[in-house]
Amino acid sequence: MVEMNGAKALLTALEKDGVEVVFGLPGGANLPIYDALVDSRLRHILVRHEQSAAHMADGYARTKRKVGVCFATSGPGATNLITGIATAYADSSPVLAVTGQVALAMIGKDAFQETDIIGVANPCTKYAFQPRTPTEIPETVKKAIYISESGRPGPVLIDIPKDVQQASDDIPFPELVKVRGYNPVLDADLSQIGKTVELLMNSERPIIMAGGGVILSGAFSELQALAELLLIPVVTTFKGKGAFPENHPLAMGPIGMHGHAEANKIIVEADCILAVGARFSDRSVGRFDEFGKGMNIIHMDIDPAEIGKNKLVDVAVVGDVKASLKALVKMLSNEVIRREKDNPWLRRRKELIDYFSETIKDYTRDLTAKKALKKLREILPNDAITTTEVGQCQMWASLHFDVTSPGTFFSSTGLGTMGFGFPASIGAKAARPSVPVVDIAGDGSFNMTENSLAVSVLDNLPVIVFLMNNYMLGMVAQWQRTFYNRRYMGVHQNSCPDYSKIAEAYGAQGIKAQSMQELEKAIRIGLKSDVATVIDITIDPEEDVYPFVAPGTGLKDMITGA
Amino acid sequence: MTTSTEIESPDKAIPLYILSSLVENKPGVLFRITNLFRARNFNIESITVGSTEMPDLSRMTITTKSDERTVDQLVKQLRKLIDVVEVTVLDKNRTVYRELALIKMKAIEPAIRMEIINYASIFRANVLDIAKEDILVEIIGTPDKIDAFKNLVTHYGITQMARTGVSALPRGV
Ligand SMILES: Cc1cc2nc3c(=O)[nH]c(=O)nc-3n(C[C@H](O)[C@H](O)[C@H](O)COP(=O)(O)OP(=O)(O)OC[C@H]3O[C@@H](n4cnc5c(N)ncnc54)[C@H](O)[C@@H]3O)c2cc1C
Ligand SMILES: Cc1ncc(C[n+]2csc(CCOP(=O)(O)OP(=O)(O)O)c2C)c(N)n1
Ligand SMILES: [Mg+2]
Repeated sequence: MVEMNGAKALLTALEKDGVEVVFGLPGGANLPIYDALVDSRLRHILVRHEQSAAHMADGYARTKRKVGVCFATSGPGATNLITGIATAYADSSPVLAVTGQVALAMIGKDAFQETDIIGVANPCTKYAFQPRTPTEIPETVKKAIYISESGRPGPVLIDIPKDVQQASDDIPFPELVKVRGYNPVLDADLSQIGKTVELLMNSERPIIMAGGGVILSGAFSELQALAELLLIPVVTTFKGKGAFPENHPLAMGPIGMHGHAEANKIIVEADCILAVGARFSDRSVGRFDEFGKGMNIIHMDIDPAEIGKNKLVDVAVVGDVKASLKALVKMLSNEVIRREKDNPWLRRRKELIDYFSETIKDYTRDLTAKKALKKLREILPNDAITTTEVGQCQMWASLHFDVTSPGTFFSSTGLGTMGFGFPASIGAKAARPSVPVVDIAGDGSFNMTENSLAVSVLDNLPVIVFLMNNYMLGMVAQWQRTFYNRRYMGVHQNSCPDYSKIAEAYGAQGIKAQSMQELEKAIRIGLKSDVATVIDITIDPEEDVYPFVAPGTGLKDMITGA
Repeated sequence: MTTSTEIESPDKAIPLYILSSLVENKPGVLFRITNLFRARNFNIESITVGSTEMPDLSRMTITTKSDERTVDQLVKQLRKLIDVVEVTVLDKNRTVYRELALIKMKAIEPAIRMEIINYASIFRANVLDIAKEDILVEIIGTPDKIDAFKNLVTHYGITQMARTGVSALPRGV
């Protein structure tokens, strides 16, 4: 027990749990915390908008696969965090948000900058705490980090009234905490794995569908071992992109609304789907009733509530996919596996890939989204981290940028939050400064959080913004073109602003790229730069994303645009 | 003697599920649970919360008319809540479940008063209050039994009614 105030107890508890960086912005209700930060070892990164603090913490968390922390004051500071918290919740990312609150005695009095943030955060957090004495704070921090990181990860919020931050007491720092209503299942369920072996061994056309759970679990080598052992083609969800190296001879890329054509095609021809850490989202499977019809479906997931939520399955393996896959590979090693490299199913895989690479043509211009992204891949080292914004830019990244090193690609997939990619890239850079970090961006999305350029420059976190600029809310424009007979409304950005100038205004560098040659040069400059580089790439506003599975239809109804 | 519980309720086709759960006895727990029902579109018939033999845990009894798959999701989503320590779906055949209702009816004429008192005694309900213009009856039983009584007396004019929702415990073994 040590005598200190609640604010110091908070920072000490965070340090004890290994937290090194916090992203935040101060205000009246968290001043004691900022005062304590002056004497703390924690690195504080000052943001220009709290939403970006949450996205930075999220990018940091996804990169490190441990908790990312953000701070905000009460009221507007706290509500500004919410979009970022909801984004982390939708993508199961371990973000810890610490908000200031009005003093205990003022709660419920409609005090200045009072918001019931516990109520607001409830539907988009795993839990929200409000410690009422300084002595509770270290225990609360430990519980919060445990809940956030374990099981199916997710954001947790701690709301601390100002007087609780200020009050001093003898503070205990427990080594262990227990949360009795929270018991995540981690171990592999061996009886279900036995059934999985049976189904896989009896199937002729098995397919692995790898989801975000593989990345959250870091089960990359286990997944690869399984695929190689049984010679099973691997498709992913968009969130699972990069769970399996996309240049691997068994890789097929993401399925879904904007999935790779060959991936959407092969999964409807399979006779057995092994879904690994995927939640059968409408974006990845199309119609729930049609998906997997007549096939055996095996579902590996850590969250029991995901079993049967969207899709009834034949075998459910609840547990951490890392443990489940390991146990599965081990159990399979007792089986005699007679699959030849040259079998009809793998030949079909090759046939589909060849067919679609022939039929889906790129636009004929010198510089297109596809060519730009292929060039970026060619130049970037394998271990570089990429994040994305939302829209066509994101889907082009999904289609044309191969993630070759597992767990290096991060996107707001569940919520689709424009403005995520840039602050998330800064968070990723803070987590792993040794590798290049690139935000594959659209102009509309970049507008939402471009003020994070200040953070990138001032905190020495140089990233590249690969801005695919169509001066258009392009994805919305594509829907208006396709479903609303080209009646455009609210999608034109009218050549505003000038992104090079924006970059320069913050002390970053801006480079315009209107040809492939200029683009290549710009990427190389960006990789060497010690400030952020915005590469403003001119993209034709009429360029569409294909393939496309229209909402409410099944994967088999894919339009390839050919 | 026929007992009133055998009287069928009109929507008996949809089965009633009774869930029993132990939840942390602290502020905000009820909010988290009801917010879950709303956010995930679960339709709840009744919910009761009260103290248990353990001071730090409350028992919450939830009834819902639904199908098996939805109830399975409801249970799993409830278990995900950190303040929910335990959830079980009770087997209705091995469960004692009761609800209490207070029903106030218009009853001025002596003949009508006698009729209501007679019905009440058949249903083993108690008359708790008689005033100049109305009678207040307390009835305890399964929701079906209370529905049956209510249907029987509706035409007298129910002026006020309060139902507690179901409380339940499994039978001993
Ligand atoms: C514009 C746009 C277009 C999109 N188009 C597509 C598309 O074409 N195709 C597509 O697939 N998606 C698409 N998405 C994304 C989509 O909305 C979903 O976010 C995504 O499909 C979810 O993927 P998931 O189920 O793999 O991952 P998550 O949402 O990350 O779910 C992970 C699952 O794994 C489980 N899990 C977590 N940790 C573990 C662990 N350690 N062990 C075991 N299980 C674990 C979780 O419980 C959960 O069930 C699009 C999004 C946007 C914004
Ligand atoms: C915060 C937020 N607002 C609105 C949307 C709806 N939306 C989805 S994509 C999109 C357009 C994105 O434009 P841009 O970033 O320029 O990318 P592009 O599609 O042009 O590549 C919009 C408005 C969203 N996903 N997020
Ligand atoms: Mg755009």
